[in-house]
Amino acid sequence: MASQNRPLSPHLQVYKPQLTSVMSIMHRATGIALAVGTLLLVFWLIAAATGERTFGDIQAFNASLIGKLLLFGWSFALFYHLCNGIRHLFWDAGKGFGLEAAYRNGRLVVVASIALTVLSWVWGYASMGAL
Amino acid sequence: MSLRSPLGKVRGLGSAKEGVIHWWAQRMTAVALIPLLIWFVASIAAMAGADYGAFREWIATPVVSVLLVLMTIAVFHHAQLGLQVVLEDYVHTEWLKIAAIALVKFAAIGLAIASIFSIVKIALG
Ligand code: HEM
Repeated sequence: MASQNRPLSPHLQVYKPQLTSVMSIMHRATGIALAVGTLLLVFWLIAAATGERTFGDIQAFNASLIGKLLLFGWSFALFYHLCNGIRHLFWDAGKGFGLEAAYRNGRLVVVASIALTVLSWVWGYASMGAL
Repeated sequence: MSLRSPLGKVRGLGSAKEGVIHWWAQRMTAVALIPLLIWFVASIAAMAGADYGAFREWIATPVVSVLLVLMTIAVFHHAQLGLQVVLEDYVHTEWLKIAAIALVKFAAIGLAIASIFSIVKIALG
């Protein structure tokens, strides 16, 4: 039944990366990263329920260099996926589809997710009294 | 030959009328997550550096406990639906695909219950 000469998905090896295509795969990558990163949230809650020692261990990990890098990556993935997710929801409603619009709202998502990441870390350090 | 009408096809309604449930649930959980995650990140940023007691007290506040439980359910439901699609796209060995999806679903349920149990335990002191 399937016809033999149907067009295939773009061959990624010969397909020039564009803002729109890179952002699309980034949505998937950040979704997967967030799902894995959510483990940290679960450990954090379990530790808070377990006791002060366990909680201290996880807070110490979060404060370490690797912990901070993971949290920073998680926060950026979250804001990117959240902003681009809103972009997806507009598309689902049939809005913002045109070529120009897709580039415009794409750039907006990139700028907004970087800004929100920086803002939340500045806020975090400010409430620690580190600024 | 398909016995389904063209209209039935475009509506995505199978015999059980469940064609769009997965897609729809992915969108509904996404919508719910927008305010919940903004609230969560803002709260954590505002509490950065707080000690054990302060975090527990925060989690035990009734509004916070309820919002955290809602967030947990939405996050794991959404993540599990999303990962299912990713696995369906990339894993082409049938048994492996089914096993991987089952594993993701079990893990999502287990992790969600572990989180909710922890929240409730703290909330009830
Ligand atoms: C920790 C939180 C989250 C996790 C773990 C997560 C995870 C995922 C995963 C794994 C996917 C599948 C990606 C794919 O099929 O390519 C996905 C898709 C999606 N996510 Fe999230 N997500 C989270 C938060 C959010 C938020 C806050 C929104 C807000 C709008 C959102 C909107 C979406 C949408 C619209 C899709 C479907 C995209 C598509 O059709 O390709 N997600 N998510």
